[in-house]
Amino acid sequence: MSLAKAESRRLFKRRFTSLILIGVMLVLALVAAGTFLSNQKATPERIAEAKAQAAASFQSAVQEAEREKKRCLAAPGTPDAANYPADCTQMWTPTPEEFDYTWYMPPTFDMRQNFPDMIMVFAVVLAAAAFLVGASFVGSEWHSGGMMNLLLWRPRRLQVLGTKLTVFLGWFTGLTLLLGAAWAGAFQAIALLRGSTEKMTAGVWQSFGLTGLRGLGLILAAGAIGFALASLGRHTGMALGALIGVGAVQIGVFIMAQLGGAAYPEAYLGPLWAYAWMVKEVPLENMSSCDFSANGGCKPEIFTMTWQVAGTGFAIVTVLVVGAALWALRRRDIS
Amino acid sequence: MVRRMTAVLEISGLRKTYRSRKGVRNALDGFDMVVEAGQVHGFLGPNGSGKTTTLRTLLGLIRPNDGRMAILGQEVPRRLPQVAGQVGAIVESPQFFGNFTAKDTLSLLADAGNVNRSRVPAVLDLVGLRDRAGERVKTYSLGMKQRLAVASALLKEPKLLILDEPANGLDPGGIREMRTLMRDLSASGMTVLLSSHILGEIQLICDSVTIISAGRRVTSGSVAEVLASHTSGAVRVRLEQGGDLFGAAQVLREAGAQVTLEADYMVVGNASNPALITRLLAQRGVYVSELTPIAADLEDVFLELTGTAPVEGQNRQVDESALGAGRNGWGQ
Ligand SMILES: Nc1ncnc2c1ncn2[C@@H]1O[C@H](COP(=O)(O)OP(=O)(O)OP(=O)(O)O)[C@@H](O)[C@H]1O
Ligand SMILES: [Mg+2]
Repeated sequence: MSLAKAESRRLFKRRFTSLILIGVMLVLALVAAGTFLSNQKATPERIAEAKAQAAASFQSAVQEAEREKKRCLAAPGTPDAANYPADCTQMWTPTPEEFDYTWYMPPTFDMRQNFPDMIMVFAVVLAAAAFLVGASFVGSEWHSGGMMNLLLWRPRRLQVLGTKLTVFLGWFTGLTLLLGAAWAGAFQAIALLRGSTEKMTAGVWQSFGLTGLRGLGLILAAGAIGFALASLGRHTGMALGALIGVGAVQIGVFIMAQLGGAAYPEAYLGPLWAYAWMVKEVPLENMSSCDFSANGGCKPEIFTMTWQVAGTGFAIVTVLVVGAALWALRRRDIS
Repeated sequence: MVRRMTAVLEISGLRKTYRSRKGVRNALDGFDMVVEAGQVHGFLGPNGSGKTTTLRTLLGLIRPNDGRMAILGQEVPRRLPQVAGQVGAIVESPQFFGNFTAKDTLSLLADAGNVNRSRVPAVLDLVGLRDRAGERVKTYSLGMKQRLAVASALLKEPKLLILDEPANGLDPGGIREMRTLMRDLSASGMTVLLSSHILGEIQLICDSVTIISAGRRVTSGSVAEVLASHTSGAVRVRLEQGGDLFGAAQVLREAGAQVTLEADYMVVGNASNPALITRLLAQRGVYVSELTPIAADLEDVFLELTGTAPVEGQNRQVDESALGAGRNGWGQ
């Protein structure tokens, strides 16, 4: 317990931690403020205004169409004839349906429709922060020799590294829950002020909650992987290097898969897995296949990446990397 | 009063092999050491002889290939977690996370090790860092970092204090303070194991020493014993009035002695059996009036045993140290 207490203190004494946390808050605040400013509530006046605008546009479109039709009728025999069809009744005449007033409305924030994207933004920002803080938390300890000093006090290496990781993930879970609640609250307020909270049933909230939990999973996995990579390489930079390396390899593999004619080259991209994990399903199309059907013509084969598959993949990678970090620590000489 | 000797630290047959692409290096090659309770024990050896490797192994940072070690009667590394709280240690050129202050660094260690944080100001004061305790460690000078390391080792009020070159970077005042500190700690019942290259210092503060060379112990014992048994055999020989110093030197040289002539005496460098000198000279009718062993200091013993004395016109390389060199003196 004393070790956990010390590690908590250490985590929050670090300037890097506070710097990243301030950065996270700033980014989130900017996104929320931007959303607030770019959306407007659909008040009856605004709807009336939009309807008037739609009607006016419809009128001017009708008038324009009339003028065109007249020119068309007058055209035969003149050089202008090439610009018009032979049968002038075939020309486009606007209908009122084509001038839906909603197009004349300023953007409005619909909680039910738009909040899932915001959960995604939140998860990505916090996952990046968790990766960095996790990597630096253990990386700079190794690099500075602080880890060695600590091991002179607490010789059980796995316990030391495990406690560090647990403390860090624990605090990030708390932080995610806290910020997540604030995030949902902020957008609920934005929806109330600058949009609508229509059809926000308990079921919708529950679905948001589940998406949020998957986001938490993503954040913790990113944190654990950053931590483990930095511990493996005994340097914060190692985690970043590994990230860049994996990114480069991914692009290479993606290109090779495309050239090699693999059915679903996108499936080799890590971010797509993260995306699938968050949105539950991503359909991938096999562009080179043709599933012919009489009425639909040529339809490509579809492979659906599900959140279960993506989640299992992430879990395996996380367990492998963390396991490797613990294994390496158990075995190696520290000097 | 009979002082019962109990070993606070025992090492036997310790072996550590570093493997790399360049080959295999035996850093420790069957090393033995015993440190008795309440002593200040000096740990000496040339560069690269395995001192730091020994101490790291003892502290569980390095896995040995073979050998047994015990601290305070507990076998390590198996029972290291149980004894770690009683062992304060600094290993070679200690480093700390640079962005924390000395006070934070120590209080975090205190928390991690279940030590009362209130000891932090006390140990910082003890090592002379009280007024700089609130500054970040990366702004410290070498000696200040070293003092901080000593403070961290003292924080848990250890029974055994292991210090790898604690005087490294200390100013003369600091070295003297360290000397007094060691004495006080030892007087309070603490056992201190001290590695250092400052042999004058070791001779002043240590009760006993172990000398290591090329990963093996070449000698150990109380400082007096080590000095006595390894006087390097040098004796000062004075002849009776009117004796032929030059002729006598010739006689001894012919018998294989290393003789240095001085104005009215000569020094026989490798006389491990001084009686032989009197016998040889008496046979020629030359009589010795003085035959005094020249008191060697620790430095002489060290250089002799480790075979690292500088030789004119040669640049000694780090791994050129000897195992038991000089032990086979002339006349044995
Ligand atoms: N990590 C390592 N990998 C390979 N060889 C090593 C390693 N650490 C130490 N050695 C080798 O082990 C031997 C003993 O080194 P050690 O650091 O124990 O010497 P030392 O007695 O502390 O020397 P010094 O007086 O210079 O501090 C040296 O030859 C060194 O090169
Ligand atoms: Mg050393």
